[in-house]
Amino acid sequence: MPRRIVVPFGPQHPVLPEPIHLDLVLKDEHVEEALPSIGYIHRGLETLVTRREYPEYVYIAERTCGICSFIHGMTYCQAVEKLVDCSVPERALFLRTIWSEYSRLHSHLLWLGLFADALGFENLFMASWRLRESVLDVLEETTGGRVIQGSCKVGGVRRDIPGETLERMRSGLDTIEREAGEIADVFLRDDSIISRTRGIGVLSREDAYALGAVGPTARASGVGIDLRKTGYAAYGRLSFSPVVETAGDCHARCIVRVKEIFTSIDLIRQAIAKIPDGPVEEKPKKNPEGDYFARSEQPRGELVHYVKGDGSRHLVRSRIRTPTLTNLPSLVRMLKGCNLADVPVIVLSIDPCIGCAER
Amino acid sequence: MAFFEMAKTAIGTVLRKPATRRYPSVAPKSTPLTRGRVSIDPSRCISCGMCMKKCPSGAICVRKEEKTWSIDRLKCVVCNCCVEVCPAHCLTMETSYFPCVTEHSAIDVHAITYVKPERPKRPETGEKAGEGTAESS
Repeated sequence: MPRRIVVPFGPQHPVLPEPIHLDLVLKDEHVEEALPSIGYIHRGLETLVTRREYPEYVYIAERTCGICSFIHGMTYCQAVEKLVDCSVPERALFLRTIWSEYSRLHSHLLWLGLFADALGFENLFMASWRLRESVLDVLEETTGGRVIQGSCKVGGVRRDIPGETLERMRSGLDTIEREAGEIADVFLRDDSIISRTRGIGVLSREDAYALGAVGPTARASGVGIDLRKTGYAAYGRLSFSPVVETAGDCHARCIVRVKEIFTSIDLIRQAIAKIPDGPVEEKPKKNPEGDYFARSEQPRGELVHYVKGDGSRHLVRSRIRTPTLTNLPSLVRMLKGCNLADVPVIVLSIDPCIGCAER
Repeated sequence: MAFFEMAKTAIGTVLRKPATRRYPSVAPKSTPLTRGRVSIDPSRCISCGMCMKKCPSGAICVRKEEKTWSIDRLKCVVCNCCVEVCPAHCLTMETSYFPCVTEHSAIDVHAITYVKPERPKRPETGEKAGEGTAESS
């Protein structure tokens, strides 16, 4: 008769870069139940909104996450722009789209590297991160920051990208696409990756929907939710279709992210081709009043920023709903019945960002 | 099923130059926009305190009476906010990063040497408005 034991997993674990703690209830080597707990890096960023003026809070909103920072800042700006009745110029919307997609590229490449590392595939990890570096170079050249861009502001963007830089970015995308193709082949076809990921951590379509999975986790289970299709920023004027897989296992989640790299490259190309001339910012005419939910698609899934203003320079309330927190119930379901050795791979497959989840 | 899918990339990497730089013998990469650290020209600072008020991390402290401008390098998040709001344009963003420190105190204090220019003698009536703006800028 096997005994039930509880194995603590995290917050510090050799293969887990994020501070999440899981109590794994094991029967032999099989996980019977997983109990997640967070609370190791809470910083109280939402409360800070009452102590900083709303234009300065963009910097704090951006620092919610170290990877999808630009999209956090942009979503906060989208929410506040509704409260201050400010229409963002077209060019700024396109620039936001370009930077968002570059953020997605670097986030996915980072995740692919970490995933390869969790499988023990060091060489692929290095190759992914080398490619990510060329994406970060573009971000640094155009915004001044590698991962914290700081280029979004209420009413537009802080700096324009000149035409010749856009041309250079467009030709740079060909190199990125070629090198990403090499890495993608390994992720999609290599036997050592498939044997570690296929059929592991399966999340059915019904579960994904019922547990509120978002982003690549939902899309890998066949739930085709992509917030970019709502047409915020300039996504309404670009054509693309969400990447949807149906297997619902770790490999499907990997495939979705690999394919989204190419979708992002295509979206950047379209945006560079269609970007109009004109101003890049508009001054807000009044202080924020009322409340608004802004939604956007982060590399990890749906992001919601709720803001509430009372007509003063300080907002009254900010609430951030991050994709990782939303994906935790799905993670608990995936872990049920898996092997102890597969836990790190499954946890990584939802792309956890606990820094976001706790704020 | 495919084995050695990685072989081509791996061999290519062996033959290529290293992707990383031999820092510190080679200088780190930087672009004209890179946010490295904030620096101040104390001879132009008018002690208005806008940078202190707008700083999201509360790193800057301007003391008007003692005529000092100080920044806590460990608190500063290099967001470029102070540089944007400075009305006297005395703050600039340098592209090189602040070097590491061994103690947990990296407060840079600068003595403000700005001297308010003497109010020019009011020659005649009628040009008051123009003079006023020239002085405050």
